Amino acid sequence: MRARRSERSDAGRRDIARTALLGRLAGLLPTNRALRASLAGVLVLVLIGLVLAIVLQPAAIKVSSQFLAGTPEPDGKPVALDTSLYLPATTPAPAVLLAHGLGGTKAGLDAQARDLARHGYLVLTYTARGFGSSGGLIHLDSVNYEVKDASRLLDFLQNRSDVLHRDGKPVLGVAGSSYGGALALMLGATDHRVEAVAADITWNNLTNAVFPNNVAAGASAGTGGVFKKLWVGYLFSISMRPGATGTPAPTASGTDAAGCGRFAPDICAFYQRTGSSPNGVGPSSQASQSSALLSLSSPSTVLSGIKAPVLLTQGEQDSLFPLSEADANARQIVAAGAPLQMRWRSGGHDAGNADDNVSGWQRQFFDQRLRGMAANSDGNFFLAQRDAGISATNGRRVNTTLRANDGYPGAGHPAPVRGLPLTGVAQTISAPPGGSPAAVTSLPALSGVLNAAAGAGISTSALSALPGQVASFRTAPLTAPVLVTGSSTVELSVTSPDAKEATLFVSLHDVAADGTDTLPANLVAPVQITLAGGRQNVTLRLPWIVSQIPAGHRLSVQVSTTDFGYAMPGDPRSYRVSLDAANSVLTVPSLATTTIRTGTVLWWPVLAGIVLLLCAALLAWRLRSMRRSTRDAGLAGVPIAVTDLVKEYADSYRAVDGVSFRVERGQVLGLLGPNGAGKTTVLRVLMGLIMPTSGTVRVFGVEVTPGAPVLSRLGAFVEGPGLLPHLTGSENLRLYWAATGRPTEQAHLDTVLEIAGLGSSIDRRVKTYSHGMQQRLAIAQAMLGLPEVLVLDEPTNGLDPPQIAEMRVVLRRYAETGRTVIVSSHLLAEVEQTCSHVVVMHRGRVVAAGSVTEVAGVGAVQLAVDDPVAAANVLAEAGISAREVPARRALEDVFLDLTSEST
Amino acid sequence: MTDTRNTTDAKRDARKTNASKTNARSPDARSEPATRRGIHARLADLPPLAEQPPDSGFESTRTMPLRVEFVRQFKRRRTRLTMLFMAILPILIASAFDIGGSGSGSGSGGVALVDLATSGAGNFALFTEFASVGFLLVVIVAMFCGDTVASEASWSSLRYLLAAPIPRARLLRQKLAVALGFSFGVNLLLPAWAYLVGGVFFGWAPAKSPLGATFSYAETWERMAIVGGYACGQAVVVAALAFFLGVLTDAPLAAVGGATFVVVVSNILDSITALDPYRVVLPTHFQYSWLDALSRQISWDDMIRGTSLAVIYSALLFTAAWIRFARKDITS
Repeated sequence: MRARRSERSDAGRRDIARTALLGRLAGLLPTNRALRASLAGVLVLVLIGLVLAIVLQPAAIKVSSQFLAGTPEPDGKPVALDTSLYLPATTPAPAVLLAHGLGGTKAGLDAQARDLARHGYLVLTYTARGFGSSGGLIHLDSVNYEVKDASRLLDFLQNRSDVLHRDGKPVLGVAGSSYGGALALMLGATDHRVEAVAADITWNNLTNAVFPNNVAAGASAGTGGVFKKLWVGYLFSISMRPGATGTPAPTASGTDAAGCGRFAPDICAFYQRTGSSPNGVGPSSQASQSSALLSLSSPSTVLSGIKAPVLLTQGEQDSLFPLSEADANARQIVAAGAPLQMRWRSGGHDAGNADDNVSGWQRQFFDQRLRGMAANSDGNFFLAQRDAGISATNGRRVNTTLRANDGYPGAGHPAPVRGLPLTGVAQTISAPPGGSPAAVTSLPALSGVLNAAAGAGISTSALSALPGQVASFRTAPLTAPVLVTGSSTVELSVTSPDAKEATLFVSLHDVAADGTDTLPANLVAPVQITLAGGRQNVTLRLPWIVSQIPAGHRLSVQVSTTDFGYAMPGDPRSYRVSLDAANSVLTVPSLATTTIRTGTVLWWPVLAGIVLLLCAALLAWRLRSMRRSTRDAGLAGVPIAVTDLVKEYADSYRAVDGVSFRVERGQVLGLLGPNGAGKTTVLRVLMGLIMPTSGTVRVFGVEVTPGAPVLSRLGAFVEGPGLLPHLTGSENLRLYWAATGRPTEQAHLDTVLEIAGLGSSIDRRVKTYSHGMQQRLAIAQAMLGLPEVLVLDEPTNGLDPPQIAEMRVVLRRYAETGRTVIVSSHLLAEVEQTCSHVVVMHRGRVVAAGSVTEVAGVGAVQLAVDDPVAAANVLAEAGISAREVPARRALEDVFLDLTSEST
Repeated sequence: MTDTRNTTDAKRDARKTNASKTNARSPDARSEPATRRGIHARLADLPPLAEQPPDSGFESTRTMPLRVEFVRQFKRRRTRLTMLFMAILPILIASAFDIGGSGSGSGSGGVALVDLATSGAGNFALFTEFASVGFLLVVIVAMFCGDTVASEASWSSLRYLLAAPIPRARLLRQKLAVALGFSFGVNLLLPAWAYLVGGVFFGWAPAKSPLGATFSYAETWERMAIVGGYACGQAVVVAALAFFLGVLTDAPLAAVGGATFVVVVSNILDSITALDPYRVVLPTHFQYSWLDALSRQISWDDMIRGTSLAVIYSALLFTAAWIRFARKDITS
């Protein structure tokens, strides 16, 4: 018997579990139209996107290589230039000539050329003479050779029919970086077919770039400069790499023997002079010769003739061609009347892998100048504010772009300046013999090493300031942040007991309150001062930087005697440096700027806002459209009325199929049926846990929906206890009642605790309870507040016989108070003994309903006799018919009849 | 079963005999412990049920007060163990540094944070945050938010709360508020506690940035507040994901594990730089963007992106959770 029952109930549980699982799986799928519609919408959008992506994908770019004739060498040797032509999908198109940097070839321009071609430009890239597969010698962007080469390439472009012509003139632009940038500027200045010039990190005057001297005013201004030996040596060496110059021609000429590689003899001779000059400082006797040579390679010589619009981009981390070179170019361009756009970008020759979008900016510039598209940002001067942060997502430094409110400062409107008083006593500093040890501020092509050191928290000031070699003068702590934009100036006095001229390196440091010293962009400005006897007052230009100095920090001007990157005098010297007492002010340029948020950043919060609004609207709409409960006034006095209830699960299994019954006040109703009859499903609908497929359950006339307030008049215990195992019994009851939000005095906690009958165990944690104890506590929880309707599902499971008996009495007494009790059970005796009324369910239908006596039927009186046979005889004789009936004719038999009939 | 049947047999006999008044045994007399008299008296003493107000003083806006849900969750052992672990963790890290000395390395922000970790309270707190934000805090947030609904389902207490009746949307709201409260609490208390621990172990020097800047005390606390706030914002994505899964499933482990799994997969995908233009939509892509608050000047760009992405993901997931739960058949 025991075994049979457990089999049955196991099967039932499996059934329920399966149903529940299927229901849940089905629940994962979108079940309502709105969700389906939005999914479909997303799908359609994705498809449209794919189609558009395929349709709009640019047609393949055609690339062809050919050799074109360049300017012959002085000895008449022809020069062939290695070129590549990138044809866009549609022609005629505006043409752009791209020039590469020193030591590179046309291969390095491939990515930019393809990008431009994809955006509808015809692009010609070429390898400059002296490099790669092109012939000829390197003349360092000479107006007579490289610039003329480029003009010949323009000749080639202008006659092509696939190059766009406007008013009979070809639409041509030129762009390049560094070596290519200078070429672009010089070509634009000398060949007026060029309609747009984009030059990146390039020089203005090569003499000034190689022999810089940052004396702005003073008796010694213009006496040559300090040789930038490390950079120049590095550039010459990379230009002689076989990879850069192609296989060296097997000519046994003198230049090869001199180690000049493919440099033209005059350039090579200049290089060798710099190395052989006595102390390396400045071109002394041959200065004019060198500067005449270098002027042929300097945009400064030709820029007065420029008419085409120019985009200048210059790096803020550039000790080779600092921002001052771009400034000089800009002044000449503005003076010549050509439109100028200037951008100080975060990278430069010192930055290993700056993520500046140079080719993007150049493309936008060409869009604007060659195709007449509208500029996508106003203003002609943008600055990158470096060190704004380190990007956590890619580890790179994050830069902020600033727009100068008043455009690029020029002769007409100089940059606004701030004067900050400096303090500091006169200091004596010494230059070591041979310039060693020397301070290290930047290393050509190895600046990544210094950046990494800074990134690891190693103070680079230890390298850049050597003891005894540095004099420093400080401002007071700043009361407000200052944005330094450009070159500050300072007036100093320099004397020396033993030298006729001074080679010094000045720099502007940011000193934090705790003394942490930062050298912005690791830049120093070399100065060469002639000490014409005694004290020399000079105004010095400090390095060009863009740096935000926070409030509380000081600015410090440091004067050092050495720098590893420059040629220094070989003899030991000492200098005495002091502030010019009359004018000890640091003059700091500080432009008014506006921070530019890139469009992509703004786009994010906007999208987030839209999504948020849509979600809120969808949620509001969905929750509002939930069915409200309806009220049937006629049933207000009826505790429970179930009408035509159908519940079909997602797998179309009908757990309940058209159930109707009523429960009146004071009844103890038994809901009877085998496992799987649908009793629990009815109770779940009654509790608002599941939605009926059709039909209604009304409690006191109010339709039950999830969370309907009328459910507060109902207490339930369905399908086992639901207690928090980590809380004690009494905490469970108290917190459950508190969760209903009703006043504590309505809980009737004492009565309920007595019903639970757990004694002192009530203060133990529920996880230590036996099954029966949990059961009693859960029933007690259902009775909290003594609800008008009490629903108990298999309440006697796990109780021992005395407790079962006790429970029956409690339920009957409970009903006698005018409240209503529903007990579901698959145990017939249970229902028979506890309930006044019964509803028998089988396979989701009601098969019988009424009072227990009605259903059990019959109302026939039973008479027990000692001897049935004899009694039957007696009765027969007396004329009373008698038949034998089983002794236990009761609800059980009715139930078995009913359920077997419908099977 | 046999017992029950025997009992019922006995009962039936008893009733029959009762009718013939030959046996005075009543079920009450037979099985009641003495103490139980009270309950019957109490029930008997109840006045007859008067006509009650339709909702018996029930107001749905008072259901499930935050205080109640807080106690329900706070008394769980996992909550207390988590708190204990969070209290121990900074001490553990600090002791490790104390024994082993500061690490060395170079490169990105995180490694540099290790180098600076022992320089003072602020940097120690920042390092602790850096070390725990990638996985530990994710698991903890997923646990608080994923388990809150799913564990009620697994205890079967969910159906009693809903039948109390607590409106479904309100139940989710209150549970989420408490779960997020715990999550934010851990997210904010961990660095705060690490600050104190770091101060005791390594002194109270203000924070230094891996970029070389040194902050004042006021700046240190301001930056730490930004870091904590941003980390909380990013935690909301994990919270939303775990909460949504917790509403879908009845198994707490599935919700917590599922959310953690998604985060781990997202981290793996995020480490593939070849996916680049598309990596920005990964939910964890901007997880460490609070490092941007450590430079001399705060760069907000990535933090704006990250916060916006968090808003998008969490709005979608929370909406899905609410819509799903509003109509879900509670069968657990």
